[in-house]
Amino acid sequence: MQVHVNPQLCQGHNRCYAIAPELFEVDDEGNATELHGGAVPAALEEKARLAVANCPEYAITLTEDS
Amino acid sequence: MTARPPVTDWSTDFDHTDPQWVTDPFPIWDDLRATCPVAHTDRYGGAWLPVTHEGVAAVAYDTEHFTSRSVIVSELRPGDEELPAPIGIAPPITSDPPFHALARRLLLPAFGPKRVDALEPYTRALCNELLDKIGERTEFDAAAEYAQDIPLRVIARMLGFPEKDAAQFRHFIRMVIEDVDASAEERLAQIDAGELDAYLDARIEEHLAEPRDDLTSFLLNAELDGNKLHPDHVRGTMVLLMIAGIDTTWSAIGASLWHLSQHPDDRKRLASEPALMDTAIEEFLRAYAPVTMARLVAKDFDFNGCPMKEGDWLLLPFPAANRDPEFFADADSVELDRAVNRHAAFGLGIHRCIGSNLARMELRVALEEWVKRYPDFELADPGAVSWSAGQVRGPRTVPVRILS
Repeated sequence: MQVHVNPQLCQGHNRCYAIAPELFEVDDEGNATELHGGAVPAALEEKARLAVANCPEYAITLTEDS
Repeated sequence: MTARPPVTDWSTDFDHTDPQWVTDPFPIWDDLRATCPVAHTDRYGGAWLPVTHEGVAAVAYDTEHFTSRSVIVSELRPGDEELPAPIGIAPPITSDPPFHALARRLLLPAFGPKRVDALEPYTRALCNELLDKIGERTEFDAAAEYAQDIPLRVIARMLGFPEKDAAQFRHFIRMVIEDVDASAEERLAQIDAGELDAYLDARIEEHLAEPRDDLTSFLLNAELDGNKLHPDHVRGTMVLLMIAGIDTTWSAIGASLWHLSQHPDDRKRLASEPALMDTAIEEFLRAYAPVTMARLVAKDFDFNGCPMKEGDWLLLPFPAANRDPEFFADADSVELDRAVNRHAAFGLGIHRCIGSNLARMELRVALEEWVKRYPDFELADPGAVSWSAGQVRGPRTVPVRILS
């Protein structure tokens, strides 16, 4: 599973960072980016889904491994 | 203050200062969603009101047809000549692109997650100081004696304003955001009286004479494109931080305590499951979102079949978007463990509340310390609860009785 934050859509609500600090980081301005190239370890898949589902700006996309 | 006729038809004559809206706006929005998802009123010189999540989001993202030049609906409609474009009266909330991004980027680090984390120990100590002050009393007003002072003192500290000026802040806030049903003449007279400007000038003088590590000195030294900020910009941002940072968070803390005072099961869960706080806070923010924003229509256009005219007001009720059953399952039910909660309490798009991290930290710490001290309490006098009028909605009186 992979997550990706679209920097054009992120407005710094920080919901993803609050839910899954293992997967996202925020810069000094509050803009989020994915950690580890977006790779989601199996144990964090549920958190990744929640981060996606709670972003008010629909800025995070999730790609399931095929 | 002008006496206003009561609203009889919410789709053609709405008024957000009407007692019915102030006390319980939710049924009004429910009815409108079903019958007239973009309402209109001739009051305030003409204003529109979308009430669905979709409608509110569409406006929030549309900076072409809507301007943020004024974000508080009142009888005083700003003319182009009255505000220093493109800054607006309180940048960046009243700024439009492209200037908006510059003014916002300047402020963002001061409200980023790391800087806000650093304020947490102070906030926690403050909450405990307020609880200690309540002492052994078992009946008191949780809004006035607890919720209010938390954001008031945090913001005063951030700006480097004397804490003893708290009562004066309250006065300014009431003037700017609560007395919106005053006539245009009354509002102009208030501005002309220059009280707020004189207060800010005094703080600016102090900081120029003796610079400090706070937001006022930061604004006075800040540069955009190699130039110091225009004095109107500095003053406008100071006003914004003072006005927007206090009543809003006060409202969120007060509404959360008001909810808990009437829901014993939620009280029990919060007291016994500290991990629930993460989702609980987001749910309180969704269900009792304090802030309704506003826009002015920038140019004539058709919005969902509504003929919007340049200069019309548009009220942007994020609290109504947060209760839209098309967007949220069981939208009117407060579920502290709601895991999927894409609420818009802090707005959407480029004007996302810059203080959202701060507000969230204050709300969390305020509730954590309250629940530790008072795991069980109830509303002592439901009839005495009063709600603020205007675009920031929260309980101004929450009489509680401590049970344990």
